[in-house]
Amino acid sequence: MNLFLASLPIVEKLRYLGPEIILFAATVIVMVVGLSPKREVRRMCAGISIVALILAGILATMLPTPPHSLLPHLMPFVKMLVAAVGVLLVLLLSGTVDRDYEASLNRSNTFDAIRSTRGEFYAFILFSLTGLMLCASADDLIWLFLALELVSLPTYVMVSISTTGGGTRSQEAGIKYFFLGALGAAFFLYGFAMLYGATGTTLLFGDGVTPGIAEVFAEQIAKDGSLGGIAMIGLVMSIVGICFKIAAVPMHFYTADVYEGAASSVSAFLAFVPKAAGFISLMLLLSVVGWGFGADHASLPDALRVLLWVIAAMTMTVGNVLALLQTNVKRVLAYSSIAHSGYMLVGLVAGPGAPGGPLSQNGLAATLFYLLCYGFMNLGTFAVLSCLERKPGEEIETFDDLRGLCRSFPVLGWCMVICSLSLLGLPPLLGFAGKFYLFTSAISAGEMTLVIVMGLNSAIAAFYYLRLAGAPLLEQSSEDAGIQGCPYKSRGFAAALSAASVIALLPFAGRLVSASNKATEVKPPRTVASVEADDAK
Amino acid sequence: MTTLTSLFPLLAMALPILGALLIASRPAERAHRTAMGVSIGVLIIVFAMMSRFDWDHGATYQFANSFAVLPEMGIHLSYGVDAVAMWLVILTAILQPLCVLGSKTAITENQRAFYAWLTVLQAPMLGVFFARDLVFFYTCFEFTLVPMYVLIALFGSTNRKKAATKFFLYTFTGSIIALAGLIYVAFIATKNGAVAWNFDIDTLAAAARGMTLSEQSWVLFALMCGFAVKVPLFPVHTWLPLAHTEAPTAGSVVLAGVLLKLGTYAIYRFVLPFVPMAVVEYAGVIATICIVGILYGGLICWVQRDVKKLVAYSSVAHLGFCMLGMFALNMMGGVGSVLYMINHGLSTGALFLCIGMIYERYHTRSMQEMEGLAKVMPVWAFFMVFFTMASVGLPGLNGFVSEFMCLLGAFQSGAIGIGKGGTLGTLGPWYAAVAGAGMIVAAVYLLYMVGKVVFGPLREPGGHKDHGRDAHATDPSALPRDLTRREIGILIPLALGCIILGVIPTPFIKTLEPSVAAAISHAQTAAKDMLTAETPAPLQPAGLVVPTSPERSERNGAGPPLTSFGARMNGLKIAEAHP
Repeated sequence: MNLFLASLPIVEKLRYLGPEIILFAATVIVMVVGLSPKREVRRMCAGISIVALILAGILATMLPTPPHSLLPHLMPFVKMLVAAVGVLLVLLLSGTVDRDYEASLNRSNTFDAIRSTRGEFYAFILFSLTGLMLCASADDLIWLFLALELVSLPTYVMVSISTTGGGTRSQEAGIKYFFLGALGAAFFLYGFAMLYGATGTTLLFGDGVTPGIAEVFAEQIAKDGSLGGIAMIGLVMSIVGICFKIAAVPMHFYTADVYEGAASSVSAFLAFVPKAAGFISLMLLLSVVGWGFGADHASLPDALRVLLWVIAAMTMTVGNVLALLQTNVKRVLAYSSIAHSGYMLVGLVAGPGAPGGPLSQNGLAATLFYLLCYGFMNLGTFAVLSCLERKPGEEIETFDDLRGLCRSFPVLGWCMVICSLSLLGLPPLLGFAGKFYLFTSAISAGEMTLVIVMGLNSAIAAFYYLRLAGAPLLEQSSEDAGIQGCPYKSRGFAAALSAASVIALLPFAGRLVSASNKATEVKPPRTVASVEADDAK
Repeated sequence: MTTLTSLFPLLAMALPILGALLIASRPAERAHRTAMGVSIGVLIIVFAMMSRFDWDHGATYQFANSFAVLPEMGIHLSYGVDAVAMWLVILTAILQPLCVLGSKTAITENQRAFYAWLTVLQAPMLGVFFARDLVFFYTCFEFTLVPMYVLIALFGSTNRKKAATKFFLYTFTGSIIALAGLIYVAFIATKNGAVAWNFDIDTLAAAARGMTLSEQSWVLFALMCGFAVKVPLFPVHTWLPLAHTEAPTAGSVVLAGVLLKLGTYAIYRFVLPFVPMAVVEYAGVIATICIVGILYGGLICWVQRDVKKLVAYSSVAHLGFCMLGMFALNMMGGVGSVLYMINHGLSTGALFLCIGMIYERYHTRSMQEMEGLAKVMPVWAFFMVFFTMASVGLPGLNGFVSEFMCLLGAFQSGAIGIGKGGTLGTLGPWYAAVAGAGMIVAAVYLLYMVGKVVFGPLREPGGHKDHGRDAHATDPSALPRDLTRREIGILIPLALGCIILGVIPTPFIKTLEPSVAAAISHAQTAAKDMLTAETPAPLQPAGLVVPTSPERSERNGAGPPLTSFGARMNGLKIAEAHP
């Protein structure tokens, strides 16, 4: 079997990688530009990144549909989503590194390229986003693994270099993140290896000539009625490994420490980019098995369903309960991001529903739509934190710091209120639409218990989201708090933009839901039998 | 079809939202005036609706219209009002300006925030009564939480944070489970996922009635989780006394007057037509819970020394009566229950206003500190006694009519023979008798309170007691001892309402009948079916076929006459047994 070269000519594959190529080109450019001794030139890094992301997003709308993919329409949706949230993230990440160094340059004029990290930082951002886009294009286990690692490796460095002057917290967080990340990678790499062992191929799906894992599985199921043990172990290990990326139980332990140690803007990045990569990989991997099992041929194989069910229920419960106990807002948001992973997993358990059915029952679409909602509302909360500081370089992070924000910083305060209430799932905000879609799909799939668990979890979550929304809105800020705005206006802009999207995207929710529904149309794998049947016609 | 009149409900909802934005953007001195203007504007729109409402066809939804909001998922902004909704809308619209007026001197700090939130609260409250789409309903139902939460948490007294959080969490938790139940119904309505989703209430109700008894029971449970908290029924009422006591006066009035009705209205609108079989099956259980609430609430009131808390607990008892009447599942109880919603809003709202006026003057709510205030505040004393009497159920005032109808409904409910042999689902004389004891308790505690606070030797609370955030209340010297003309002006419309509804309730009852008949008809059919399945057919002359279908009573313009209703149900059972 061809291990490293997929059967399609590489040129053929490049047709789907336009957005990635643009981002990669931009990566190279910002690396050079960031080293310029002229400040004005160095400052162009963010602009170049944003332009590249916008171009990539536009190009994503024109992508051709890969003919054999199991999720043929996933690619454009994910790439556009990444581009949109990526722009906000780049705006938010301005000034995360090199703040002290740039300040010192005002005093002495000798620019030392070695000490400047701006170029690398933006390159890392773009690398990670490229990796995320590549995840969506993956048609091969090796490709998927490399894409997932491309998402994560830059983030380890981003965490470590994020806060300057804040002691060693960020380095500690970076190390923790790296080692646990390596553990997670080992898990899913081991799982991938087993999948290869069980099927003899690394292709996720065949190309019409060579069968892929999906086809081999389909044959096996047609013959034996179930998957082999090795394949199952491989899938389980891959899922557990990917749980690290989405910060789900049992691989969630790093989340709070890392989010707390990193700068808020980097935490916002961590809360979206690796998570999105994880969910897309999960979708790809699960689509290889398909949702055609169970009594009504509309669920995953029992072992996987139970596994995901338990992970979902545990993740949301652990996340929400632990979030209740926190006093540090960044830790609260970290646990809340764990809980939201649990919610999104509900969509994966529910599956795409019967083909041709109403879109309300499509759990994959619900997950994708929720990812979009989550991307905006979660980014808003982190952005507010990164906009304010107790003293230069020290971001706010306790509930006390948030008090009275609606008076002292009205825009940021209201951003916090809107985004927290949206995370809570209060109608008529975007978060409610997301949760509602998850509810309808899970109920369609007959997962009533999971829906109740999710409902109760939303109620638990109400407690800390109310604190998050109440502190800025209801409380008086103490006189000597000394909270000041940070000098980077684009962060505030990112906060305002994401809060605005939480409201402004509502009228377009219908279109977004349709788009995510189209993106998650699942094609059944072509087995020998079905190919023969087609040929016979 | 979009006609001009069908835009009235939208207008009535849009005005408070725009008004709130206006208040927030203008200087604080004008906040009160703007809020007043907005609330009167809404009142005018609602009166216009009222005058154009075709009261002869109360069961049809009027001013109906529908806009697609998220058609991909079957969500529409569709609305319409029937007679019951219309009356509750009128109640909401009348209470709002009174609340605003009543807060003029009570709220002196941060006025913009107060009036903006108070004004914006009106939009979702109206929306709940207008809604004909489930998601629209739920959105409004949930969105009332935020303004109320802020009103309590910002402008309440000492324990306001805890009260506000408790209020929010209780209702949010319950209603998210109700949402799961409602979505389940919507799923059933799609023929198990084969067709596109739709959240139109009538469609869903029809689909829900096709469920089996056990499915219906689960849905009933889920819905009651959400709505019983709001009512509140006995075991989940604990948020209410706290929220009422801590809320500012206007907040308490809105809470008692309208927000609690969202719960009863939701039960009336969703539970009864959606899951009639389960309702019949569990009517006895729910009625028992109501009665426990009535007695428990009454006994707690008896030992209260905080006037506001006393009235708050009395709400628990009163709404127990309201729910008891509703689950009697006959016309008498149903109409009584709806009437109770309106009456409770008037009289309890007024009582909270009266207590607020005292609090503004003395900064205390403790019965130990004030006695015999009639000597110094005769006008206030008159209104206090008047509204207490209305609340107790003095014949001639509104409370009597509805309370009596609820009890009578419960009493008769057994006589029509639903589930003979004492199975669950039977209300009967015993329910009414035990609940009736609650009336006596109510008389005891309310009269005790009046006797202590209004009459007896005069004892004014000494000086400026620190009861929470006095900064919000004005200096006592700023107000005259007795009520000002403004305050009298607030109470007079409510008093008039109490008298009118008490002396000539018949026209109101007439308007409600078709609509109530439509709501309970399914439960009655279910009861009849379950009865014929259970008991052998009695030997009686056949031929007493009496129409009870909602369509028929709609066509007749009015429901069946109340007095003969029990007899008619008997006849119906017989007719059914001998086809």
